[in-house]
Amino acid sequence: MAITSIKNLKEFSTNNDRFEGAHTLCPGCAHSMIVRELMNCTDDNLVISSNTGCLEVSTAVYPFTSWDTSWIHIGFENAATSVTAAQVMHKVRKKKGNLKDNDAPVKFVAFGGDGSTYDIGFQWLSGAMERGHDFTYICLDNENYANTGGQRSSATPVGAHTSTAQAGTHSYGKKQKKKDIVSIMAAHGSPYVAQLAPNKWKSMAKGFQKALEVEGPCFINTVSPCCTEWKFDPKDTINLTDLATDSLMFPIYEIIDSHELNILYRPKNPISVEEYMAAQGRYKHLFKPQYRHIIEEVQKDVDAKWDLLQRREEARL
Amino acid sequence: MAQELNLLATDNRGQSQLEAGMNLAGWDEVTQGTVLTSFEGDATGIANKKAEERTYSDFNSYTASVASWRVQKPVFNRDICIDCQNCWVWCPDSSILSRDKQMLGIDYDHCKGCEVCVEVCPTNPKSLLMFNEHADLEESLAAWPEKKKKEKK
Repeated sequence: MAITSIKNLKEFSTNNDRFEGAHTLCPGCAHSMIVRELMNCTDDNLVISSNTGCLEVSTAVYPFTSWDTSWIHIGFENAATSVTAAQVMHKVRKKKGNLKDNDAPVKFVAFGGDGSTYDIGFQWLSGAMERGHDFTYICLDNENYANTGGQRSSATPVGAHTSTAQAGTHSYGKKQKKKDIVSIMAAHGSPYVAQLAPNKWKSMAKGFQKALEVEGPCFINTVSPCCTEWKFDPKDTINLTDLATDSLMFPIYEIIDSHELNILYRPKNPISVEEYMAAQGRYKHLFKPQYRHIIEEVQKDVDAKWDLLQRREEARL
Repeated sequence: MAQELNLLATDNRGQSQLEAGMNLAGWDEVTQGTVLTSFEGDATGIANKKAEERTYSDFNSYTASVASWRVQKPVFNRDICIDCQNCWVWCPDSSILSRDKQMLGIDYDHCKGCEVCVEVCPTNPKSLLMFNEHADLEESLAAWPEKKKKEKK
C-alpha cells in the first residue's frame, strides 16, 4: 500500500492537497484541517461520503465542489450506508474484473458531524459497523448542530450554553452528560477505534493511516473546535485544541480490537477544566457564583474518566 | 471560468431531455441528483500531481475565490521563515503554498484571513503577520517588528 511519509512536517508537506480551498466553512474552522490531514496522509484513491452538516453544505455549494476525489452525499444520516454500498460494489466489480484499473487501491471514508454520528445517523453507523465493511468513519465532533444554529446534541458537554439548552437565571445550559461514542464503537468489535485531535498532527496522521490500512470498520472521533458556537476568536482554534487535550476534556487514545487501549498523549503539565472553559464564551455563565459547582462536577468526571483510561491501558481490557 | 457559467440567466437544465421527449420528474416527485466533475479529462494519479500540473474543471472550487471574506491579510517574510511547515499543516483553506519542503507564500484567492497561520508560527519575530488588506508588500516588510528578547521569569 502506498503511504506517504509523515516522519516530520517537512516531508509531510510535500504531499499535494486533494481538498481545495474556496469552500465556505467559517474562517478558522477545524473541520477542514482534519479533512486535509486525512487526504494528505495517503495517495490511494479515496471514495468519500459525507453526512449533512457544516462540511457537506460548505464543500458542495452548487456549482462548485472542493473534493478532488469521488464524493457522495445522499441524506443526513446515511454516509456510513452509502460508502459501504460503494465498497461492496467495488468489491464485486473487482472480483468480476471489470474495473478501469483493477489493481489500484481504493479506500472508503465517511465523514459525519457529531449530530449525525451521535444522534441522527447512529443506527446507520451501528449497522455498517455490525456488517463489518472495510471502511473508516470519521466523526468531526464540534459538540453541537453548528450548521443549523448551535442546537444541543448528545455530544454537548454538561454546562455548555446552546440555542436549545440556554443558560440563564434558572438553567446552567445542558444538564445531561456527553455520550461516550468511542466506547460504544469499540463495543461493536471494531478493529480500530480512536479519539484524536488536530493539534497533535502526528498522532492524528498515524491514526488515520492505521485506520485506512486495517481491514474492517474503523471509527475515529476527532475534536473540532467551532469558533462560531463555542464563541472564541478564529485565530485560537489550535490554541483551544491544546487546552482541550491538556485539560483532558478530550483525552487522545486508541482502542485496538476493542480491548488493547493505548493512550497516545499524556500532557506534561495538565491544566484544570476551568482554564479550558474560561477560554470559551459558551461556558461564561458557569463563572457566576450560583453555577460554580458545575465546574467542580465536570472536573470530577474528567478525572474519573482519565483514571479509568489509565487503568484500562494497564489491564489491557 | 466559473463566473462565466452565469447559471441564473441561462438555466436550461433539462431542456434537451424535454426536447427528446423524456418524462422529467415533477416538483413533487424525486428530483435528479447532480454530478460535478473536479477535473477535465483523466484524473488518474491526481494525488501525485502538483496543483499547477492539474487540469481543474470549472466546477472545482479551486477556480473560485473567497478573497472578499478577508479584512486583514497575512503577509509572509521569507527572511525569517525556517520552513517548519506548521502553517501548512494547520491552514484550514489549503492556502499555504509549499513546494519541495519550502514555504513559498500565500494563495490570496483562497485565504479567508483567519490568522491561524500567524498564531502557530514559532519564529521570533513571527514570519507571518496580519496587515490591512490594502497594505503594500514593501510597506508591510518595512514595518516588521524587531526580535523580542526573552523575558526572564
